[in-house]
Amino acid sequence: MPLMTAQAADFGQTPSQTVGPYFAYGLTATQYGYNFNQPFDAVLALDTASGQRIRLEGRVIDGDGNTIHDALIEISQPDGEGRYPQTPDEARALGFRAFGRVGTGTDAQHRFVFHTVKPGAQAPGEAPHINVIVLMRGLLLHAFTRVYFSDEAEANAKDAVLQSVPADRRHTLIAERIEQGGAVTYRFDIRMQGADETAFFDV
Amino acid sequence: MTKTPGAQPVLTPRDWEAHPSYIYPGYKSTGKRGPQKPLIPLKASLGELQQPVYGHDSIGAFDHDLTRNARVNGEPLGERMILTGQVLDERRRPVANTLVELWQANASGRYVHKVDQHDAPLDPNFLGAGRCLTDSEGRYRFLTIKPGAYPWGNHPNAWRPQHIHLSLFGQSFASRLVTQMYFPGDPLLQYDPMVTGTPERYRNRLIADFSLDITEEGYALGYQFDMVLRGADETPFENR
Repeated sequence: MPLMTAQAADFGQTPSQTVGPYFAYGLTATQYGYNFNQPFDAVLALDTASGQRIRLEGRVIDGDGNTIHDALIEISQPDGEGRYPQTPDEARALGFRAFGRVGTGTDAQHRFVFHTVKPGAQAPGEAPHINVIVLMRGLLLHAFTRVYFSDEAEANAKDAVLQSVPADRRHTLIAERIEQGGAVTYRFDIRMQGADETAFFDV
Repeated sequence: MTKTPGAQPVLTPRDWEAHPSYIYPGYKSTGKRGPQKPLIPLKASLGELQQPVYGHDSIGAFDHDLTRNARVNGEPLGERMILTGQVLDERRRPVANTLVELWQANASGRYVHKVDQHDAPLDPNFLGAGRCLTDSEGRYRFLTIKPGAYPWGNHPNAWRPQHIHLSLFGQSFASRLVTQMYFPGDPLLQYDPMVTGTPERYRNRLIADFSLDITEEGYALGYQFDMVLRGADETPFENR
């Protein structure tokens, strides 16, 4: 027997590895039509959830400008009143999951599309925003970013995190509001590289 | 409902030395997909410290047992194995009641995934996906089939070492980790850019330990793989 396991000899953070191209049946089985359920999906808000219904949609774009069809997007946000449920019971009571997950492989335009509510501000001085994790083949560590809203210019101007982003890159974090037939969509493309590379954070 | 800001723990920083770089020339897909501009520092606040809420009822009775959860007309083929370990934070505190999700190829190195074109058979009784929650000591346990190696198009004669994908959250959105577990002694490890993209000093952290203690006589070989996540750096202040 070894005196010490290989792992115990070097204790510390487990290195990240890419999610690879084959996550679909493990993490998003229902969305991709595999015979397995999934604990999270694209719907964060039921009818009873507090806040304005919105769609959050966008593409993930690589360094050549191509839309990526095997990315996985996860989002986390509070409801319209700035609340995060802390337990499954609270989530049921609020009609709000606070967390969503969707792959870009099943939409005809290879977008991610979430059905949620516009989040409330979480703390004084913070502009409303959605936390985003981007995973995909070729990404060795997930990338972390935030979605802010184009119709919150005043709050955005006071948000310390947004203001910490170089001025010429802030626009990469602002989702564009589109209203059609009373339905509100925010469009947010994630660019992995290039002049308009999305600002990613070290959290 | 929401915790007061004063009660928020501070996360230990990400150990950038232990993680692979976004761009690693040996792994071709990183070239057009990894961010090129420096990351912008962000101190985790309320939103990044939330742990996703999931219904425990979304975890089925056999979701931890990949030898059973997709059976159609018999047992899956291959070498049965037990994969178990602890999810810990950097102070070796267990991360209890956290979701661990897993996916992998079958014994012949084929994924059920529609995009996988490898000329190796699918197993009608094996999906290769599972999930479980850690117990009060942060322990998880899966029963599965040892995955096979498979070829991929990264470079001439490229084969992925046998591996299992694992996804976990830990205590918050900011401690999220997706990783891959590899097997000790695999001769392919030295040729695989996903392994070698990880700084050499830290590669052992990706390799499970074979364990005769976990091995069940006459039934399945046992492997231990502990995973270490960022944790709280300070004890949260609490009003009592």
